Amino acid sequence: MTFVRDTWLIFARQMQLLLRNPVWVLVGVFQPVMYLLLFAPLLKPALQVQTDAEAYRIFVPGLLVLLAIFGGLFQGFGLIAELRAGVIERSRVTPVSRIALLLGRSLRDMVSLIAQAVIITLLALVFDLRVFIGDLLLAFLMLALISLMTSAVSYGVALLVKSEDALAPLMNTVAQPVLLLSGILLPLTFAPGWLQGIADWNPFSWAVNGTRALFVGDLGDPAVWQGLLIMAVLAVAAIVWAARLFARSVR
Amino acid sequence: MIETRGLRKSFTSRQGREKKTVEAVRGVDLTVAEGEIFGFLGPNGAGKTTTLRMLATLLPPDGGTATIAGVDLLSSPGDVRRVIGYVAQGGSTWDESTAREELVLQSRLYGVPRAASQQRAARVLDAFQLTEYADRKCKTYSGGQRRRVDIALGIIHEPKVVFLDEPTSGLDPQSRAHMWDEIRRLRDEGMTVFITTHYLDEADALCDRISIMDHGEIVASGTPAALKREISGDVVRVGLPAAAVSSAASLLGSAAFVSKLETHDDSIRLYVEDGATAIPLILRTLDAGDVPLHAIELHRPSLDDVFLTKTGRSLREN
Repeated sequence: MTFVRDTWLIFARQMQLLLRNPVWVLVGVFQPVMYLLLFAPLLKPALQVQTDAEAYRIFVPGLLVLLAIFGGLFQGFGLIAELRAGVIERSRVTPVSRIALLLGRSLRDMVSLIAQAVIITLLALVFDLRVFIGDLLLAFLMLALISLMTSAVSYGVALLVKSEDALAPLMNTVAQPVLLLSGILLPLTFAPGWLQGIADWNPFSWAVNGTRALFVGDLGDPAVWQGLLIMAVLAVAAIVWAARLFARSVR
Repeated sequence: MIETRGLRKSFTSRQGREKKTVEAVRGVDLTVAEGEIFGFLGPNGAGKTTTLRMLATLLPPDGGTATIAGVDLLSSPGDVRRVIGYVAQGGSTWDESTAREELVLQSRLYGVPRAASQQRAARVLDAFQLTEYADRKCKTYSGGQRRRVDIALGIIHEPKVVFLDEPTSGLDPQSRAHMWDEIRRLRDEGMTVFITTHYLDEADALCDRISIMDHGEIVASGTPAALKREISGDVVRVGLPAAAVSSAASLLGSAAFVSKLETHDDSIRLYVEDGATAIPLILRTLDAGDVPLHAIELHRPSLDDVFLTKTGRSLREN
């Protein structure tokens, strides 16, 4: 019970600070919005589909997953600032649950990601994207799981490296192949067999496939439950790992 | 209130392929009584902060035992956290939060309900004379105000023991004096205060008892007065013309009240039991021998002399 309460306390503080500067949420959507406006129009001819709506049904889910991955992976920077200010150490001498220290922050990241995803989706509606609300909510669940996982990973790595200088190249190095191997920008159906073979080992590729299936309205596609399951398992694993780092001594 | 036996900690750092082990704390035995201000005096890198962080549950010790307020540190660090407060050297406030927000949150992290936490925060803000700034962001505070917020955060849950790591480092003299008053107030309210410092005057003036630490070990413990008394007596420095040094030394060297004599280029140093009674005797002896003198100074032993005797180095050199 104290764990739930502690998580809420940390989450509420983090939300309060986020809402004090909500401009960061908007800065976060700037890049995906640019993709939506400046890159997506290329897709109708490139994907050889008939309508804009069809192109957006393929592209927007990938874009949202991209946002969830990158948004999460770079949250560690904020934690390093908190480490430096002594805020983390101050929390660690209290009896507060160590999982709460992590989860409260990751939940804040999740909420901010969902807010961004809503903005993107609403914009895409303008471009004739149509998706059932039930399918959309499931897709958001997928995004929530992804952002919980990537932000937990980012916090864990931040606790290990403790320096922005190390975190930035590290996260970029991880994110780059993950991005290319997940078929986010273009579906991997165009990929040669060997590339698809590698992509099958990339969990985010499963997440993208699942999210696309949801946007098409194909709830029965096994990609949906497979993607959700893989993301849920990885999210739990990442949270447990990072929470253990919070519990361990931080010098 | 605090009892440690053989507390040890070493760190391994990697430089290239070589592993280097640094023994930061090598067997610390401490006894801190309830309701006292206990000071850890020593140069930077002596192991003070490492010891403090072990006692504050932030670092697991490699060996030894410790109990704090009757709770075993190694087996139940979670219970220790409930009875201690810890204020780190580098501060602990978040620039974008206000002091009141920080205090209420900190109190709630200890399980105190919201309304009670708000009351506590108001009380502590008042006690530390921070009410005026309570709703401004921490980034607008002066160094002294920030430090007071840090300490307020460390004691909001009314701990039995509070650990303050270098509480006055970087403060101007006025804020420092103010901080000493705050620390004394905490003790007078019944808290046991454990501070680290590398300031001699702070250890001397503020602490009821101190331990002097060097290279990870405690080299001396006691009240500041008792430690200084151990150095056995005062030093009188007599300034003379260079030509007169040897005759003065022969006159005073045989005097019964002088326990030790050192000659320098234009002065002699006399180690005596009690400087105040020795000075007239010295003057009389030199006068009788027609030895002219320029100056005479009484030097009472300081904690630095204690450190010097125990380690062979001066704390000021660090």
